[in-house]
Amino acid sequence: MNKDIVIQVSDLTKRYGEILAIDYISFEVKEGEVFGFLGPNGAGKTTTIRILTGLSKPTEGEASIFGLSIKTKITEIKKRIGVVPEISNLYDELSAMDNLIFMAQLYGVPALERKQRAQELLKTFRLYERKDSPFRTFSRGMKRALTIAVALIHNPKILFLDEPTVGLDVVAARSLRNLISNLRQQGITIFLTTHYLEEADLLCDRVAILVKGRILTIDTPLNLKAKTDKKSLEEAFMKITGLEPEILAIEKGK
Amino acid sequence: MWHRNLRGIFYIALKDMKTYYLKPPAVSWGIVFPITWILAFYLRNPGDFKELIPGLIAMTILFSTTSAEAVVLNFELRLGTLERLLLAPISIPEVLLGKVLGGVIFGFLMTTIVTIVSVLVLRLHPNVLYLILIILPSLFVFSSLGAFLCVMVKEVFEAQTLLNFPRFLMVFLSGVVYPVSKMPLALQYFSYVLPLTYTVDGLRLSFSVASNKIIFLYTLILFGFFILFIFPAVKLLYKKFE
Repeated sequence: MNKDIVIQVSDLTKRYGEILAIDYISFEVKEGEVFGFLGPNGAGKTTTIRILTGLSKPTEGEASIFGLSIKTKITEIKKRIGVVPEISNLYDELSAMDNLIFMAQLYGVPALERKQRAQELLKTFRLYERKDSPFRTFSRGMKRALTIAVALIHNPKILFLDEPTVGLDVVAARSLRNLISNLRQQGITIFLTTHYLEEADLLCDRVAILVKGRILTIDTPLNLKAKTDKKSLEEAFMKITGLEPEILAIEKGK
Repeated sequence: MWHRNLRGIFYIALKDMKTYYLKPPAVSWGIVFPITWILAFYLRNPGDFKELIPGLIAMTILFSTTSAEAVVLNFELRLGTLERLLLAPISIPEVLLGKVLGGVIFGFLMTTIVTIVSVLVLRLHPNVLYLILIILPSLFVFSSLGAFLCVMVKEVFEAQTLLNFPRFLMVFLSGVVYPVSKMPLALQYFSYVLPLTYTVDGLRLSFSVASNKIIFLYTLILFGFFILFIFPAVKLLYKKFE
């Protein structure tokens, strides 16, 4: 395996009964890059993340992270990755600090470092003033920020972000994008799924376009725009996915 | 490796104590309900209150361990927090054991309070070793029963409803207020498939003067019930994440 490759996926497939959620997808993610996984609803983005992070088992195919198979070494993998699910799913009753400490305990962060690490993250994410407030009292943007902070408590080398800016207002989304850029500068590999193609264009080194469980293409946003002769990633996406005629028809209908 | 797993189980239990158990509803179900129930029977038919103590302790074990256990798993599945736990380097059996241990710790606290107060107020002289041999496995049995019934259903209210059936069945048929030996023969046989029967009888023997080796058999039987509930619970929880 190439030393730079941290995620390797080969013919990964997931079936739910008759439904083929992921259809023999293969891709690689290099160390330190921001890899975007783009696609419409139901394309299989979240299913892929769930498999790579050990929440679901593949029906067929193989995937490895840092050369460790997700089928046999998932606990080892989990120690080295951080995951921010689509829903901010921390404990409502626990304070921001307690949520961080609890997760640090589960990840085996040494007792002496837990509090210091939690304080650092709360300061980085501008939540320190609210460290003792219960999670349920936070705004959506603050909840999102704390969920990311929790995912970073054990210093992961890869961060999976599933639709990180969904439901956030413009200011919170922008602030979150800045945070993602900062994480990338720290050398963290980021696997990002998003509906927002402008966001992908801004943040991603490479993107995979996924439709109905199949990867249509993988390239840099710049190359995709050049290949499709489009000015934005959104237009390129429409052309690649074949959604362009549908959009045009809707616009004509107006 | 194993100590890391045990640590994870312990931290989950500790967190559950903080978020679910040490709250008024859990405390009231765990301690107030059994006391009220036993008092009601005593007032209706006053006699030797000491005879009701094993039943009171057994009911405290049953209700304190299952009070929150029956809802926490489905509640966390719904909120997504269970998924959050599984993103950490911890397995489904460890998460489930952590949840069960939360119920056990809470049950232990409630049961200890009820037992100590009973012993001091009524000046009882139990065999402490026997008490431990019955109370500890019983706490694991009923906490795992709560977890098992919880993962059998999808909704929180379904789990509560489902759990009330075995709970009240056991209260009436396991000798809590009415001795098993005085029940019709068919019901006596039936009572021996109910784990609470071994708890009540074991506790009764713990408060009697004579030494009785059957306690050890009861400990083994209760351990068997724990296995009987925990393994299917793990399997069902795995299914929820398929």
